[in-house]
Amino acid sequence: MSTSSVSKGCFVFKPSAKKRKTCDVADYFSRGCDGGDNSRLRYKLCQDLWDAIKADTEKLQEELNRKILDGLLQFIRKCCSTFQHNADDWVSRMRASEIPTAALVLGVNVPDHDMTFQSLCELLQQSVTPHVAFLQAKECGALKNLMQRVLERLMGTAVSVDEEEDEAEQPGGTQPRQKGAHCTLATLCEWYECKIKKSNTPGKKRSSANEDEPQRPPIVIIFKDLEAFNPRVLQDFILICSRYVEQLPLMFVFGIATSPSTIQHMLPHSVSSLLCIELFQSLSCTLHLATVIDTLILTHHFPFKLNGKVLQVLVSIFLYHDFSVRNFIKGLKLALLEHFLSQPLSILCCGKKEMMGNATQLSHQGLESVRQLASFRRYVEQQKPQEQVDLLTNDEHMKIRELHIMCLEGNVWEKEEYQSAMQLLRMLAKEELVKALKRSEDILTPCKSKKMKDVLVQLQQLLDKFEHLDETKTETAANEDTLLEMKETRRTKKMSQFEILRNEALEFMSGLTPKLKTPVAYIPSRSYLAPPETQPLYEVCYYSSSTVLRRHLNATPRTSIQTALSSPYHYLQNDKLLTEDGVSNAAPDICIVHKLHLECGRLINLYDWLEAYATVVSAAEGKDPDSEDYGKAVSELEFLGFIKSTKQKTDHVARLTWGGC
Amino acid sequence: MAACLQHTGYDQERLLHVSDTLPCRVSQAGTLLSLMGEPSQYSYPSIFLYGHRSTGKSHVVSTLLKELELPHATVSCVECVSAGLMFERVLLALFGPDTTSLLPRSPSLSDFVRIYRQQCPQSPANQTRFIVIEKAELLRDMDANLLPVLLRLQELVEDNVTVILLSEIVWDQFRPNTGCFEPLLLHFPDYSKGDLQQILSQDIHPSYSAELYSAFINILLGVFYSVCRDLRELRHLAALNFSKFCEPLKEGKVKESDTHKLWRNIEPHLKKAMQTVYLREVSSVQWEELQMEEKESVALKGLSAHAHVELPYYSKFLLIAAYLASYNPARTDRRFFLKHHGKIRKTNFLKKHEKTSNHLLGPKPFPLDRLLAIFYSVVDSRVAPTASIFSQLIKKWNISFQISSLVTLQLLTQLGHDDQLDAPKYKCAVALDFIRAISRTVNFDIVKYLYDFL
Repeated sequence: MSTSSVSKGCFVFKPSAKKRKTCDVADYFSRGCDGGDNSRLRYKLCQDLWDAIKADTEKLQEELNRKILDGLLQFIRKCCSTFQHNADDWVSRMRASEIPTAALVLGVNVPDHDMTFQSLCELLQQSVTPHVAFLQAKECGALKNLMQRVLERLMGTAVSVDEEEDEAEQPGGTQPRQKGAHCTLATLCEWYECKIKKSNTPGKKRSSANEDEPQRPPIVIIFKDLEAFNPRVLQDFILICSRYVEQLPLMFVFGIATSPSTIQHMLPHSVSSLLCIELFQSLSCTLHLATVIDTLILTHHFPFKLNGKVLQVLVSIFLYHDFSVRNFIKGLKLALLEHFLSQPLSILCCGKKEMMGNATQLSHQGLESVRQLASFRRYVEQQKPQEQVDLLTNDEHMKIRELHIMCLEGNVWEKEEYQSAMQLLRMLAKEELVKALKRSEDILTPCKSKKMKDVLVQLQQLLDKFEHLDETKTETAANEDTLLEMKETRRTKKMSQFEILRNEALEFMSGLTPKLKTPVAYIPSRSYLAPPETQPLYEVCYYSSSTVLRRHLNATPRTSIQTALSSPYHYLQNDKLLTEDGVSNAAPDICIVHKLHLECGRLINLYDWLEAYATVVSAAEGKDPDSEDYGKAVSELEFLGFIKSTKQKTDHVARLTWGGC
Repeated sequence: MAACLQHTGYDQERLLHVSDTLPCRVSQAGTLLSLMGEPSQYSYPSIFLYGHRSTGKSHVVSTLLKELELPHATVSCVECVSAGLMFERVLLALFGPDTTSLLPRSPSLSDFVRIYRQQCPQSPANQTRFIVIEKAELLRDMDANLLPVLLRLQELVEDNVTVILLSEIVWDQFRPNTGCFEPLLLHFPDYSKGDLQQILSQDIHPSYSAELYSAFINILLGVFYSVCRDLRELRHLAALNFSKFCEPLKEGKVKESDTHKLWRNIEPHLKKAMQTVYLREVSSVQWEELQMEEKESVALKGLSAHAHVELPYYSKFLLIAAYLASYNPARTDRRFFLKHHGKIRKTNFLKKHEKTSNHLLGPKPFPLDRLLAIFYSVVDSRVAPTASIFSQLIKKWNISFQISSLVTLQLLTQLGHDDQLDAPKYKCAVALDFIRAISRTVNFDIVKYLYDFL
């Protein structure tokens, strides 16, 4: 861009709209793709699949939360109605006015609670009261802040706290101070009375529309993470609230991560006697995860599957580290994305009809990659020689075969779920086993293909047989472990079914030699419960790279920082930085400083270090050693935790890491 | 009631009414009245009332001031998050709403005194003004000069004003190092059993006779007097349990005069109430519902019954390691966690002062490094070599964020500042029962590793 002006001056060039090309996610996707010819389609498939999974998850979460939230809402409504009948009846006059409090026990993973509280807030606002204040411990360090937050959330306006920072916002005090905007519950009282009067004035549309709505809707204050609150602040707040409980229909909801006895630890009797606490316990998070796995992974609704190892990585992160269902779903999303990104044939990972369409449109290159799949090669080797030749040479023929294979595979999935279930079952409770096995039996029922029907019949026969066997078994008490099982469980019909299935599962897992009564059970389970890896084209639907997933989920920040500092080329990809011994003299200052500090002992002399730095940098072309750059690099290193200042020696810093050159 | 308030300068009728509404506190009210003197006379600058919770301090003061219609301002320190709020309330109550606008933002004590002196001549009162400050013990946490100023406010504002401080703790705990004006002290003793009986018997249920209610209160006090003397709490308990007491009467099984039978009926019920609803294990609403349902057999689980906490696998071991580090002397780690430690008997490394149990002394702080060392030693022996995939998963990154989440859950306490570079120290904040329950879930016999139980 140029100007024809001859005079000196400033010219403004607005960037033209065309130039700023927005780079959308799909472009990123196709750029990172292997074999990008159908990347758009793959991206779309991936998106659609994820949207479907996400919708299912949300529905599931809602259902799981519903029970506990319904109980909570009922409690709040009940308390609300007792506020209304503030009657002259003797008992209610005599008893101390307590603040109704719901203790909501949600499990140790606090970040997972967000969703529950969000839906609680929404439900409350929809059906009970518009006045809901949601508090987090981190924003309520002192009583003042807590008060401010409560008033802000309820009244929807900013209130002054009488602090200097407010002063700064109104320079010179030009704006007259707002009266009565103090952070006290008295202010809230006035506001509440105002609100009530307004909404109760007749002639308004609102009041006529909902006659049965409570006239004095309660004020619900939700404490998201009770443990993290300062006990002192909380006690004071409850004391203040209890002074106003006659004028304001206050209510608390405590979100508790550990156990309800925390309330007793945090609040002395004098304070807890002001509360009327009722307990609500949520579903345990392992059960929650099991349901999530059932609906998302052990189902034929979604073509995308995880193989055993990947599932194990995700489940063990959950069980061993965080108990976070949200993280599990994030991991699943990552796996999904990785799968579509790295597997060109993932284009076939979709519904059956679409798959047919996509399969017929496969290019020669695509078919070539099918041929390269390990599982396909194995499959080919098992076929007759003529077939082999055809498969490997004739594209047309292959397409037809493929459809068949796909159909077959489509049905086999359901059986394969057994396998995934097995892996899961080793870690999960008994009931899970029953559920999973029963479910897979249910899945079998609507199957179309002949083969599957045979299996079903066999399975049913087997079940009948087992029932009989089971009865005789109890009489003779032959088998040791089953006897133990029997003792534990009641002998209802359902349970005995569980016995059989469990036995079957156990036998399959342990691979015991079939005993007299089990050969029938053994054969079908053996032949149909083949691991998915043996099926042809399993790579299309199964994501199996557990190492990639683990690398992403179990991040190693220390290693990344080390890599960045010792070989900057790895991240910067600048050819100048490429040297044999790691750090060139053209590298960023911090890399040079880091390299030099590795050569030092526990204490580093700052001046010597500077000298060394200057020597290295001056060797580079077009760069002047600058002590300011050096100082900046040293403080960056301190920020990263490699060194710290020390008082042992003047002009020295202490190293906090070991090793070096 | 024999005692009756008498003082010149006040209306006799009103005093009579006041003494009726202050049962068992007439003598204290009388003393207070004589300290206050006649309304027109200058009163003592500050009076300090102390006594346990619900001994009638606020009740006596507010009844006197309200009934005798004396100008007064009542503020509770717990509500006053800042001193400015307190000043505003006082000015509002004494001089009306216009004065508060005169206060600048975040007013200082001198602002308060200045405006007080401005307002005084505009609304001259020939009666003593009173400023009542409840929960005065919190004044000690506020500005250091606030308490001394309040004690001699009369001098500063040159007005007939008296500050009455109400507190649950004695004056000795208040006195600042620099010394201050000494207020007059007045103690409110606890109510005796007879007093409580007399006061509680006044809330008669409208549909029953006074004698019956008095008998009920007698039984109630017999059970609860040993654990609770809080009037408010006792009244609450009486209200919750009276319907159960009247049940046999309603059904016509027992006559009102048959107190023994009534006692037999209610006593086990009250004992149960002492263990549940009094401790707030069961909420009062649930308690009432329980009475309605008449299901004695269905035991409602109290709050503390749900002590079970679900934790991730490694968090459990971290907690166990923290517990061991907190209760074992560091010297003994070699014996517990080294494979070939040789035979070290307890007596060999028992020092004289260590004979007292560590569990009686409470948890000791330990550095992060020691926690991790014990953790890896404990976990390594648990996770079988076959599960190599898991040992890869134990990364310090994951572990350190689990530690910080244990701190937020208040299962561990971090000592000192938050600087992670300076080797943070922690304490384990859980009890033995809790950690035993946790270690049982992971099949770890913690007692074997505790020095105290060797």
